[in-house]
Amino acid sequence: MKLIDTLWKDAPLATRGEITPKLGFALTVLLAMVWLIPFLWMVVATLRPASDGINAMAELMPSLKPTLDNVRDAWEIGDFPRYTLNTTIICTGILLVQFVTITLAGFAFARLDFAGKTPIFYLFLMQLMLVPVLLIVPNLSLVAQLGLYDTLTGVMMPFFASAFGTFLMRQAFEAIPTELEDAALIDGAGLFQRIRHIYVPLSMPSFSAFAIISVTSHWNDFLWPLMVINSPDKRPLTIGLSVFTKTAEGTQAWGTIAAGTLMVIAPLLVAFLIFQKRFISSFVTSGIK
Amino acid sequence: MSLAEPAALPVATSAAPRLHLLKRFTSRFKASLPAYLLLLPSLVFLALFTYGAMGRVLIDALYQRATPKAPVRFVGLENISAVLADPAFAGAVVNNLIYAFGTAVPSIALALLFALALSRTHAVTSALRAALFLPVLIPMVAASALFLFIFLPNVGLLDYYIGRLLPVLPNWLGDGDIALYAIMVITVWKNAGYYMLFFLAGLQAVPEDVMEAAHLDGAGPYRRLRHIILPELKPTFLFVTVIATLNAVTQVDHVFVMTQGGPSNATNLVLFYIYQQAVEHYDIGKASAATLLTLAVLMALTALSFRTLANREGGP
Repeated sequence: MKLIDTLWKDAPLATRGEITPKLGFALTVLLAMVWLIPFLWMVVATLRPASDGINAMAELMPSLKPTLDNVRDAWEIGDFPRYTLNTTIICTGILLVQFVTITLAGFAFARLDFAGKTPIFYLFLMQLMLVPVLLIVPNLSLVAQLGLYDTLTGVMMPFFASAFGTFLMRQAFEAIPTELEDAALIDGAGLFQRIRHIYVPLSMPSFSAFAIISVTSHWNDFLWPLMVINSPDKRPLTIGLSVFTKTAEGTQAWGTIAAGTLMVIAPLLVAFLIFQKRFISSFVTSGIK
Repeated sequence: MSLAEPAALPVATSAAPRLHLLKRFTSRFKASLPAYLLLLPSLVFLALFTYGAMGRVLIDALYQRATPKAPVRFVGLENISAVLADPAFAGAVVNNLIYAFGTAVPSIALALLFALALSRTHAVTSALRAALFLPVLIPMVAASALFLFIFLPNVGLLDYYIGRLLPVLPNWLGDGDIALYAIMVITVWKNAGYYMLFFLAGLQAVPEDVMEAAHLDGAGPYRRLRHIILPELKPTFLFVTVIATLNAVTQVDHVFVMTQGGPSNATNLVLFYIYQQAVEHYDIGKASAATLLTLAVLMALTALSFRTLANREGGP
């Protein structure tokens, strides 16, 4: 009862006696616990020794003799260091090119007046709906024609332009007072100097918000790399994990699967737990990516 | 020119405004040039991978190869009619409609519940929000790996804890009548926390003084929700519905990992069908025709939601 009082201490006086909101809150707490069960199982199963047998595999109580055997097995069966490297290369490559394209395009929309601004704006806006994953078939043939089949560059290319990033940067740049730019103009700074030394440094929060969205979404990409990549040594983490899961499922090595999954999602989870607020506010802006 | 003499006067007078127009046009273009150069890198990639891709889908859908190595042959609308006549495609569309409705409605309803319950910010609600948001972050493939065990017959998590209460243990992923719903559970689990964020943001816009007035007038929680909060959240609902629909078409990685569209096409969705045609049957014509049909439906949806999106972005 005391706990409920503290939780509701800033609620309007008139509503404190109401039951329905408290029931809704209780239901939410219950569901939040249910939501965490797959994660809980993942950690418990990772640490469970194989000697516990298949029938204890679903037990959510941690084993009394925790072991890292599953982690070692997963590490040895799956080529996780290689997969992690590939995913890192893909995410970094996409992000670096995107930073350039969205900065330039965002600046054009925010500060320049030009013929055809409205139609070009809508051209960008439409891209939010035509997500690249829908166009895998024509894009695969283009990537093949460019000689980029089975290359990491081929995986990255469709994401180099980002309408979402362009809009985010446009918004950030518009908020910067023009007086700053005028001062630089008087000092004789060129267009790129103004972008580089005034607009970019003042828009770091937007860049980091965009980086979070871009990296998490491409860290998780599956279907597109599945189509482009053929060689095992070029697989990103998601494809590596799916192949690994198929293999381990055959031998019912669920502890190993749990350990492999944990390895794949650990970097994102750690980053999220450290930068929680920033992640959440970035995802709110990401409604359309 | 032999007609020069009589025509000279009118030509001379009409040429001046035309020249003027041209001049205005070139000077406007010159003034726009820096902007075009800045937009060029983005436009190149948009042209290649978005608009060019749409053009290629349109063209590829009109051609067919008899065998993977044979030369392409113009077939007109045959690919489209072949796709429309394919029972597997019709099945995938029906599955996708069930999947879209069955994932969008529960995840949006849950998202609203979560947002209403967690709208005030303190340590407890932040922790709960984080817990509900966690599935959003992880790859669908990782979620599939975890749920593969959860749905495992007999020894899996679900059967171990809940299955004991049921008279007969269902084979969650192996039974054609249940598999699609099992797949939907994963999607709801993964997306509800994402949509919650938009409702949390939307709730901030509910005017404080109107709520206070409602409290003073003695409006109960249900009436406050029905008459103040829900009308205020209308744009959020529309927006989240669009994203949820888009996700129902594009977010199908778990079908690849868990069921491969099976058992007997019970979990086949449109994007998986397209993938099968292109990669497993090497039938680019049919895959393109199916892509074209999907794009047409999504474009219609875009047209419907365009104003909302444009308003959200604040216009050009």
